[in-house]
Amino acid sequence: MRRPLHRRPVVLALAAATALLTGACGSGSGSSSASGGHPTITYWASDQGSSISDDVRVLTPELTRFTKQTGINVKLEVICWNDLLNRILAAASSGQGPDVVNIGNTWSASLQATGAFQPMSSDVMKQIGDSGRFLPGALAATGAPGKEPVGVPLYSMAYALYYNKAMFQAAGIANPPTTWDEFVTDGKKLTHGNQWGVSVEGASTSENAHHAFTFSQQHGGSFFDASGKPTFDTPQNVAAIKQYVDFMAADKIANPSDAEYSNGTEAVQDFATGKAAMLLWQTADASLANYGMKPSQYGVVPVPFPASLPPGGKRADSIVAGINLSVFADTKNKDAALKFVKYMTSRQTQIELNKAYGSLPSVTDAYSDPAFQTPTAQVFQKVLDNSAAPMPAVPQESQFETAIGGVLKNLFADAASGKAVTDQTVAAQLNQAQQQLQAGG
Amino acid sequence: MAAATEAARARVSAPPPTPPPPTRRSWERVRRIGLPYLLLLPAVLFELLVHVVPMLVGIFMSFKQLTEFFIRNCSAAPSAGLGNYRFALDVNSAVGRNLLHSFWITCGFTVLTVGLSWLIGTGAALLMQDPFRGRRLLRTYFLIPYALPAYTAAITWEFMFQRDTGLVNTLLVHDLHLFKQPPFWLLGGNSFWALVITAVWRTWPFAFLVVTAGLQNIPGDLYEAAAIDGAGVWLRIRSITLPQLRPVNQVLVLVLFLWTFNDFNTPYVLFGNVPPPQANLLSLQIYDTSFQSWNFGSGSAMSVLLLVFLLLVTAAYLLVTNRRGNADA
Repeated sequence: MRRPLHRRPVVLALAAATALLTGACGSGSGSSSASGGHPTITYWASDQGSSISDDVRVLTPELTRFTKQTGINVKLEVICWNDLLNRILAAASSGQGPDVVNIGNTWSASLQATGAFQPMSSDVMKQIGDSGRFLPGALAATGAPGKEPVGVPLYSMAYALYYNKAMFQAAGIANPPTTWDEFVTDGKKLTHGNQWGVSVEGASTSENAHHAFTFSQQHGGSFFDASGKPTFDTPQNVAAIKQYVDFMAADKIANPSDAEYSNGTEAVQDFATGKAAMLLWQTADASLANYGMKPSQYGVVPVPFPASLPPGGKRADSIVAGINLSVFADTKNKDAALKFVKYMTSRQTQIELNKAYGSLPSVTDAYSDPAFQTPTAQVFQKVLDNSAAPMPAVPQESQFETAIGGVLKNLFADAASGKAVTDQTVAAQLNQAQQQLQAGG
Repeated sequence: MAAATEAARARVSAPPPTPPPPTRRSWERVRRIGLPYLLLLPAVLFELLVHVVPMLVGIFMSFKQLTEFFIRNCSAAPSAGLGNYRFALDVNSAVGRNLLHSFWITCGFTVLTVGLSWLIGTGAALLMQDPFRGRRLLRTYFLIPYALPAYTAAITWEFMFQRDTGLVNTLLVHDLHLFKQPPFWLLGGNSFWALVITAVWRTWPFAFLVVTAGLQNIPGDLYEAAAIDGAGVWLRIRSITLPQLRPVNQVLVLVLFLWTFNDFNTPYVLFGNVPPPQANLLSLQIYDTSFQSWNFGSGSAMSVLLLVFLLLVTAAYLLVTNRRGNADA
């Protein structure tokens, strides 16, 4: 009895070790090889729809069409957003991965540093179509500047302000806010009883990090200096993060319960079910429809700006959000994988997939479709064209998202439990996160 | 060590020295002693493969600077010497401070969880000792938390601890009116208690099971004799039950300690990737360093430190309890 239990202390050491042992120091055998001249490739898709089965339903007809056209079979696996980065990491370390994979475009530089992905040299780009077809902003978020990109943009997204038309009317607000002062004033008018001005996903590290970045841009801040060293606790960043957390802490226009929201659906659900009047979110239309909100019930406008930009402030109101498609360097079916990438970025596929997901195509020629001529789609298009800023393209980007997202999670928790959120507490948290990030690299 | 005792036993059982031809004798000896080892060999090899090799790899990694740049080819990672250990133990840096903080949190969490689980488990086992109608049913019922998969249990508790929609606040705030404002259970100071409650709920049935089994071995005539001498329930528990359970409890507490100190599932499912600082256990801190900071070298160093700490505690515990056990006897 005691013997097997003695081993418990090493379980943790093993957990980390086994993950790497399985192949960290070995070479991968790749995916199943050709059967009768028709290879099979494995594709890991990120979950873009409301559920995994929804994604399978959307993707399957497209993959069937690809197989019909080329004879290449595609083995599809849809992976939860929360697991995706770890799965990619494990695949990269073991060499036992899929052939093609979806990645969050903000991870590009991080994953580029691992060398796990096939670089998309200009030759490769020619093979999958002209690089001029892609949206320039989205194409910029495929790797660190000056290095060969490690993917092509697949779906494009941006942040916008969603507002509940009926609630605005009831509060006597004629137009949605365009500045943060108006946003807070309107938010206070909209907060009463069980209804709150805005809903935030306060415990979601990625949502938090995206907002922290955009607010910091408007304040003229930056989380990394030119040499890639973290500069978290600058006064600009402190002001930016305090402004966002103050929606709950000082302005009291966000429900303290939002501090618990972590899985990326709860804030949207609160907005859809009339518990909050505003929502800052990236292309939420498909999810809102899922929760029973009709497009006529809400409006979509760009995220507000400060009334006057502080010195050094940038006119940015969104990150360049999106999903990229990357090919694993270890693939045994490079040609088939590239054919698949070409197919996924072709006009027809782009129209159908982005229509189903409510996102925007990453290639310009798909925009002629009427689905992307709606007022909502045009708002996003304009944001992506004019005022979206790419997240820092440094190898530590994914660590940065978790670190800053964690800082905001803790600050929201303080705000929710009535503790004061001051410049000092924000700066102290940022400083600690920065030390941890520096030590990690 | 096992080999030495085996050899000693073989020497003792060896026939008295009336020597047949020496070569045949030694060959037979080799065969007789070797066969058990031969039969053990597959198990030993498997054990090495599954447990020892990954552990050695972990120790190896703890001396490397294994970051995202080297995960594809870990042999190319530069050597870090003792850097990873210095980094983890430097209490003046943010990481070292957090690790120390997590260590204290984990100690508190372990003491509370093991203590409460042992108390509830032993209490329930004692109550279930005398036969009554429905005893079997209740015993089975008590074991349900232990039989549930860890994730299912922790996710259910996470739902129950939600501030607005959770069962706990519905009961405390809406039904019993104990609080004006619904408290948070998964954020702030309460998160520690939420973690302890969930862990105790999951752990006590194991204590119950082990103590129940131990109680079956206490001879009934001890109780009869005590009853004749006029000993009450408390005296019987103190003078017969607990001393008789000593060997069982010795193992039980050790096992509960090791499990709880290393618990990863419960806090990870309850709190997600960034736990509240008040409930940041060591296992989460190590996960965070390895898989979120992508610094597998430092993560491994922390794992090794944890391993060493647990080995020391275990050794000290066994030494003390065995010595005391011998002194008592």
